[in-house]
Amino acid sequence: METIKLIYPVEGGDLIEAGEASSKMKLTLKKLGLPQDIIRKASICMYEGEINMVIHADGGQAEVEVDMNQITIRMIDSGPGIPDVEKAMQEGFSTAGPTARELGFGAGMGLPNMKRYSDDLTIDTTVGKGTTVTVIIKIPQ
Amino acid sequence: MTVQQLIDALSLTVFSLSDPQRQVTGGYAGDLLSWVMGRAQSGDMWLTIMSNQNVAAVALMADVACVILTEGVQPDPTLLSRAQEKGVNLLGTPESTFTAAGRMGALLA
Ligand SMILES: Nc1ncnc2c1ncn2[C@@H]1O[C@H](COP(=O)(O)OP(=O)(O)O)[C@@H](O)[C@H]1O
Ligand SMILES: [Mg+2]
Repeated sequence: METIKLIYPVEGGDLIEAGEASSKMKLTLKKLGLPQDIIRKASICMYEGEINMVIHADGGQAEVEVDMNQITIRMIDSGPGIPDVEKAMQEGFSTAGPTARELGFGAGMGLPNMKRYSDDLTIDTTVGKGTTVTVIIKIPQ
Repeated sequence: MTVQQLIDALSLTVFSLSDPQRQVTGGYAGDLLSWVMGRAQSGDMWLTIMSNQNVAAVALMADVACVILTEGVQPDPTLLSRAQEKGVNLLGTPESTFTAAGRMGALLA
């Protein structure tokens, strides 16, 4: 398989529309014929990342790369950054506001879920500049 | 058990049904969306009282067999249209989450 590169813009602020990028990616991964459990892992990681960009960073961009060995999802934003990554990684830690919580978000489980469902999670963040979250999901050969 | 068999056995309300033959292999109940994505399994029936559009996206990403809105909760119009558009099986029951989960668990056992 050649390396396939997909780019999805993510609108900030609009929690109701969130999930479009993830839905599109899921359809594409299905068309590529990847195993169902791999698609599920990638979809959950992408959706959590998409929601985070909407809630915490006023949107951004998701870049997805698929090759024979792995799916790499890079979620890039120019938001406020994460001051304490270790704290942000803890289950239950959330700075989400009341609007997000009313919709069922803000459980503080997004980053932990991305860790759980990926083979590698990297958070590259600078306060005041932005955050790039990269997850890698390996495709069993 | 298929989604259709579940509907028939418990007289569930059908809001949207695109894959009645999907197999139901387990269940999960919860309203915190990330919690559901972290804990629910592929093929589960998902019981919730959340009725907003994001429920369709979570159901899709978590690959659950169907969503069951409990306590007589009606889907928001945007959830209904999203479920139809994305092919999410969206059902309902007037029963409480506790009662519904008990009956459904017994069916699966
Ligand atoms: N892209 C981001 N930009 C800025 N802060 C973020 C970003 N993603 C996560 N965070 C911070 O990390 C915390 C934990 O994230 P997460 O585990 O997804 O939980 P939740 O989104 O439910 O708050 C968030 O509450 C927020 O403070
Ligand atoms: Mg989150």
